[in-house]
Amino acid sequence: MLEVKNVDVSFRSERQTRIFGTDRTQVLHDISIKVDKGSCLGILGESGSGKSTLGRVMCGLLKPDRGEVYIQGKPVYESRAGKKQLQQSLSIVFQDYTTSANPRFRVRDILKEGIMAYERKLGKKVGQETEYEDLLKTVGLDSSFLMRYPHELSGGQLQRICIARAVACRPEIILFDEAISSLDAHTQVQVMDLLKELKEKLSLTYIFITHDLTSVTYICDNVMFLYKGRITEYLPVSRISESKDTYAKQLLNSIIVYEDEMTA
Amino acid sequence: MAARFLHNKTAVATVTIVLVIAIIGIFAPFIAPNDPFKADIMNKYAPYSAQYPLGTDNLGRCILSRLIYGIRPTLGLAVLTMLGTLGLGGLMGLLAGYFRGMTEEIIMRVVDVMLSFPSQIMVFAVVALLGINVQNVILANVFIKWAWYARMIRTGVMQYRDKNFIQFSRCIGTPERFILIRHLMPSIASDLVVLASLDIGWAIINISTLSFLGLGVQAPTPEWGAMLNEAKNVLTSNPTQMIAPGIAIVVLVSAFNLMGDALRDILDPKEVNA
Repeated sequence: MLEVKNVDVSFRSERQTRIFGTDRTQVLHDISIKVDKGSCLGILGESGSGKSTLGRVMCGLLKPDRGEVYIQGKPVYESRAGKKQLQQSLSIVFQDYTTSANPRFRVRDILKEGIMAYERKLGKKVGQETEYEDLLKTVGLDSSFLMRYPHELSGGQLQRICIARAVACRPEIILFDEAISSLDAHTQVQVMDLLKELKEKLSLTYIFITHDLTSVTYICDNVMFLYKGRITEYLPVSRISESKDTYAKQLLNSIIVYEDEMTA
Repeated sequence: MAARFLHNKTAVATVTIVLVIAIIGIFAPFIAPNDPFKADIMNKYAPYSAQYPLGTDNLGRCILSRLIYGIRPTLGLAVLTMLGTLGLGGLMGLLAGYFRGMTEEIIMRVVDVMLSFPSQIMVFAVVALLGINVQNVILANVFIKWAWYARMIRTGVMQYRDKNFIQFSRCIGTPERFILIRHLMPSIASDLVVLASLDIGWAIINISTLSFLGLGVQAPTPEWGAMLNEAKNVLTSNPTQMIAPGIAIVVLVSAFNLMGDALRDILDPKEVNA
């Protein structure tokens, strides 16, 4: 469904050795991944490993130096048709929910933007009013939220609105860029259960970018470890304990230690 | 929005003042007690009376009527100046901030050049070059002022263009027009309104200054700055001549400045019911 092939990304370094230097720091090295329809891929890595950059490449916002992203076989950065295809089939939920929604928009307007994207795809208007209620219901909120501003919602509620907005475009893929890391543990579980439910109901494909191993094991089928811009391990979640990657081992160990402390 | 506006006393008061002044200006022929151009040389520097409520000037013309007719050039030209400035500056700023790259480089270097000239001198230069004329005064004011707005709007756009809600819009392919008009414009509008309402005061004073120097609105058209200019000649013998236009300018400019502060509070969505 979505395929990333031999992607390299580099940024111009802040500190140059010469005045007009063009030194670049490479953040992604030769990344190739394939996401199948209906699957859930977790991308794990520590801070600065290039997870979010990879996310930006996948959602069509950052053109890689080399390599290409394909959506259903169409190149995204090469052709307009591919870009349009990607825009219509991919939606995104961000980590920082405080800036995810325009503070001047009411919940209704926030959702409307998603619905508008769906209408563009469909080429006609959809039954408006019930649509909003249905969307809010899917994420476990009621229609009393429609007229509220983002700052009148709690973090968890706002993140649910962001998920509702992502779902409103009727995408096939949703990319979660650390979407649940900023929520507290209890809300995280709620949101993840919600996501599982939505995945079944709407037959979605998920890409999870996170540094939290527990959430990956909870929801994902496959997991990919990213370390300093390179893929170090790619395997199904069920075999995660067989991982040979040092970072993966560290993560696994830290969880086991944590659980030991709990039982002790 | 309307409720928040009505809650803010300063906003209601200042907007009312400005509106009342504007309406008086629009309906000047019905409100003014005398013809503002009719000279009565025998009756010059007349004191306050029933026929001339604010007395007469050096040619025996009714000061109140001239004050009322003077609203038209004073307020009208200032508003026109600001619209021109906002339009040009806003367009340039949006283009520079949103599209970046070469567009930004060219626009911002022009802005840098514009900002390196002292504004008053530039106005004089432009007016001197194009001739003494009201249109040229407005042109000159817009010409020197747009750069400030272009730079400010560009900063605002850059601040918001990488916010997640715009990233989301671009990700799902929302048209650029929607992003610019619905996301970016309202976000920077609050800063813009504050600056614009402060600057409209500046424009009024600037137009009045130019008229005072004899470079703007020409006699016999009544204009507040020009009226002050005429009053200046008799500063020692008839000091009361300056009071009416002086107070009028102070009130209008203060109203705009206070309105700027109040509007900022209203346009901030987080100030709800505060």
